[in-house]
Amino acid sequence: MGIKQGFVAGVAVLVVSAALYAGPSGGTISGKVTYEGTPAKQKPIDMSKEPSCAQQHATPITTETVVTGPNNALENVVVYISAGAPDDSTAPGQPAKFTQKGCQYLPHVLAFEVNQTLEIANDDQTSHNIHPLPKVNREWNKSQPPGTPPISEKYDKPEFIPVKCNIHPWMHGNFAVLKNSHYAVSQGEGSFTLPNLPPGKYTITAWHESYGDQSQEVTITGSETKTVNFVFKAKPY
Amino acid sequence: MGKFFAVILTLIALASAYPILTHMYVQPVDISTHGHAIDEQLSDTMAEAGFAFLGAQLLLAFFVWKYSSRKNGVKVKHLPGGAKLMVATAFIFVGTEVLALGVLGQKAWAEVYFTAPKPDALQVQAQAGQFAFYFRYPGADEKFAPLHPDKIDEGNGNYFGLDPANDVEARDDIVTAELAIPVNREIHLLMHAKDVGHSFYVRELRIQQDFVPGLDLSVHFTATKTGKYEIVCTQLCGLGHYNMKAYLNVLSQEDFDKWLKEKASEQ
Repeated sequence: MGIKQGFVAGVAVLVVSAALYAGPSGGTISGKVTYEGTPAKQKPIDMSKEPSCAQQHATPITTETVVTGPNNALENVVVYISAGAPDDSTAPGQPAKFTQKGCQYLPHVLAFEVNQTLEIANDDQTSHNIHPLPKVNREWNKSQPPGTPPISEKYDKPEFIPVKCNIHPWMHGNFAVLKNSHYAVSQGEGSFTLPNLPPGKYTITAWHESYGDQSQEVTITGSETKTVNFVFKAKPY
Repeated sequence: MGKFFAVILTLIALASAYPILTHMYVQPVDISTHGHAIDEQLSDTMAEAGFAFLGAQLLLAFFVWKYSSRKNGVKVKHLPGGAKLMVATAFIFVGTEVLALGVLGQKAWAEVYFTAPKPDALQVQAQAGQFAFYFRYPGADEKFAPLHPDKIDEGNGNYFGLDPANDVEARDDIVTAELAIPVNREIHLLMHAKDVGHSFYVRELRIQQDFVPGLDLSVHFTATKTGKYEIVCTQLCGLGHYNMKAYLNVLSQEDFDKWLKEKASEQ
């Protein structure tokens, strides 16, 4: 590398660093996800055929296709920037962790980035067979007897992927494979925060496994905080 | 050496017969109205097979003992009629035995499989799928709603493929992972497989019936003792076959009504 090329490369590094550094001082989008109407009743899960799992739950857990919180809050909604933000060129180094415990997937919805390592652990005393059902990524299913090390996998295309266990039919979860690091999964209060957004025009999308997705346009001009709320229509069946 | 072999043969034959003659392995308790006929049939089969087995082994030992130390050069004597008569006798002997077992056994079989359930039998649907059993009760309207396999959504607890949004009948159907039944009432179990072949086996009920994909099969039985019994899959059905089981819970009518009400509230 000559002096000139070195200089150009150096400037490039500085410019990229500056752009990345602009992150923390950027704007923020926050808000709440709620529902209106009557959501489907969640049913208790009978795990009596798998005693080692059943005894981990003092009261039976229920299905989790619609999880709600106080004041009509809707949990497990993935809120992410679907347009306006550049795709991440490198995936985060730390793995996204997905655990099978008490014959249940924890968390129920796991969001992570394209090419980020997904680490799947079996904390149970029984075998599981994890089977995500992607449509655009490569499909696989893997057996995981108790006491075996975590399984590492990656997805190279963005997609929402339902996950099931081939041994325990009631086990159900979701992977949200996203293109950039601007995402959040709504928790107990239905609230979410997407910080560190450089100025720009964004499409922000909220995705729910039963209710589909909806989007809004948001323009960030400086280090402001903008509020964006999503309301999903719930149906009893 | 021949005499030693004869003694060993006799000992093996007697040792094999001992656990059966002394009933060392007891049958699991019979909780069904038809089970005694199956048990009798099994013990008839065991007696017949055991008699033939012991007879053949002891006769073999006797011949080994008697002719083992014969000098060389003595001419072999044959039974009159030669090999052909021996083979014919064996065919008649074994044929009669098999035929007798079949004729005697058809009653035990027919009682379960060739008779229709009583019209007032309680209908319960059983679905076998990799790797769990699920059961459906018709609910207050006493009607099973139609099934839509495309609506199966196990993560949502919809194991059967009900469509409560469009079928009003589906809204009160009760789906459970446990087969609870009232004692002393005939049960008509309507069986179908969701994916591959499975089997419904409750040893205490003396019932074993395959689930065959694409076929609607059924069995009927009456349980006579309350208690909790294991339902296992006895048809190798894949990776989780060893883990495929459910429980049969035989309850008093009162407890059953309470149980069904509780399950209905969970739907």
